[in-house]
Amino acid sequence: MSLDQLYQQIILDHSKVRHGSGLATMAAPEGASTGQSHQLNPVCGDEVTLRVAVEDGKVAQVSWDGEGCSISMASASVLSELAEGLSVAELHTVIDNFREVLRSRGKVHADPEILGDAAAFEGVARYAARVKCAMISWVAAEDALNQAA
Amino acid sequence: MALVTTPATLERALPAINNAEVQRIRNDFPVLAQRVNGRPLVYLDSGATSQNPLSVIEAEQEFYEQRNAAVHRGAHYLAVEATEAFEDARQAMADFIGADYAETVWTSNATEGLNLVSYALSNAALWAAQGRGDARLGELAVGPGDQIVVTEMEHHANLIPWQELAFRTGARLRYIPVDDAGSLRMDEAAEILGTRTKILAFTHASNVLGTINPVQELVALGRKAGALVVLDACQSAPHLPLDVKALDVDFAVFSGHKMLAPTGIGVLYGKQEILDTLPPFLTGGSMITTVTMERAEYLPAPQRFEAGTQRISQAVALAAAANYLTETGLERVHRWESELGQRMVAGLENIPGVRVLGPAAGQERIGLAAFDVEGVHAHDVGQFLDSQGIAVRVGHHCAQPLHRRLGLTATTRASAYLYNTTDDVDAFLESVAGVRSYFRA
Repeated sequence: MSLDQLYQQIILDHSKVRHGSGLATMAAPEGASTGQSHQLNPVCGDEVTLRVAVEDGKVAQVSWDGEGCSISMASASVLSELAEGLSVAELHTVIDNFREVLRSRGKVHADPEILGDAAAFEGVARYAARVKCAMISWVAAEDALNQAA
Repeated sequence: MALVTTPATLERALPAINNAEVQRIRNDFPVLAQRVNGRPLVYLDSGATSQNPLSVIEAEQEFYEQRNAAVHRGAHYLAVEATEAFEDARQAMADFIGADYAETVWTSNATEGLNLVSYALSNAALWAAQGRGDARLGELAVGPGDQIVVTEMEHHANLIPWQELAFRTGARLRYIPVDDAGSLRMDEAAEILGTRTKILAFTHASNVLGTINPVQELVALGRKAGALVVLDACQSAPHLPLDVKALDVDFAVFSGHKMLAPTGIGVLYGKQEILDTLPPFLTGGSMITTVTMERAEYLPAPQRFEAGTQRISQAVALAAAANYLTETGLERVHRWESELGQRMVAGLENIPGVRVLGPAAGQERIGLAAFDVEGVHAHDVGQFLDSQGIAVRVGHHCAQPLHRRLGLTATTRASAYLYNTTDDVDAFLESVAGVRSYFRA
């Protein structure tokens, strides 16, 4: 597998744009219930603090601060964009699906219908050492979602 | 007057290692002859773990094929053979570092060696408080108000055991800071070390900065304070001539897997009078004299610290590794690796956006270099290099406080050994030069 299959264009783009990045500058919508989670990968020092705001059963906003490799930053960015507007149950389903693909060692293919841009992380599943990088913000989102709901 | 020829002077007379000799050396290391991701493997992660020459692999195999038995027990032929091989290996490791036989204790690795010393020292406090053991134990015991001093550049293995010893005993842990160039602040060291300092623990060579610390000065400060001096020799014993007696340290530790030997074996050196005074860390079989249902009496060092069945084949293999290094000549290995280290740093400094940690080009360093690439995380750097068959280490290299001090969370590290050529370094440099454009940093 080539490096370009791991670092797909979408991933490299998102690692620069970082959609949803900036907890302090993005106030949660008034009246929304929020949950926040901090996750750390002690192996490489990747760190994400992610907040989910839920309004009327839907994800109103996902914002985060983080430091880490391009995979972990792009993954948080993609998640943030993807999650907004989904119902809490829908986001849980997407997170479960993402985890299944990432932990499959390449056996389960990503369905762009479900995962959208996050399907680009399919290649990461073949790099065992990088799965945690892609998962870190999704683990944070799951935890934050449980607190907000 | 007879002309005395020591091994060291003989070694100086030998020509320096060059690429042609390294090519011959590489033939001894089967693992290096492979291709990774379509390119010849460039292994620059020996600071994490080194590769094994055939002589080491064969020594372990030969032991299992012909001499395997439990040591120090059993009257049968194989038990005698195994015990001889095991104890000959100990003598070989003692010779390798200039120690005496009884001062050379087997451990699993340097981490275990450092934990052994720290736990034996807290046991010393317990024993002394109850009047058990040697009367001199009270002097070794660490207690409230005492100081344990380490440095800001330590590997976690030479930091956390001391944090925990401080926690158990009420002692205070202090550290000698590093300056921006990655050298120890020796002016501060002189301030910090005082009569309450019971332990001074520091690394001989930094696994991140590549700095070689001024052991002699530090030992002098430790002696003046009356402290025990503990040397982490993980990045020195495999790469340069080490003489623990000449350095006058009280303890020294290193790991076999970083010096051409298998995992699971390491050495703790301790001055004999200290080892024989200290209580044991692990207790059980093979380390006792008499045992009743109430208590036990312990053997002197080294057996006092070797409870349970030992890592016998690994010890034999480690001695074979030491022999390989001695035959090649550690002074020559050191000079070659210094050359590779200089080539790395000079090359890295020429790549825009790359910041090398530790001494600048032209200043002394061992054969490794850790660096930051602006705008690209170390994990991505490592992945990019791997796609070209180049193996390096990424992360904090078990030195989080040092990285924090330098304002970084993770770096990339290339570390060379005697089997690396200048071509390896050049392939690495060429690859690093392509990192920022790939990630559009």
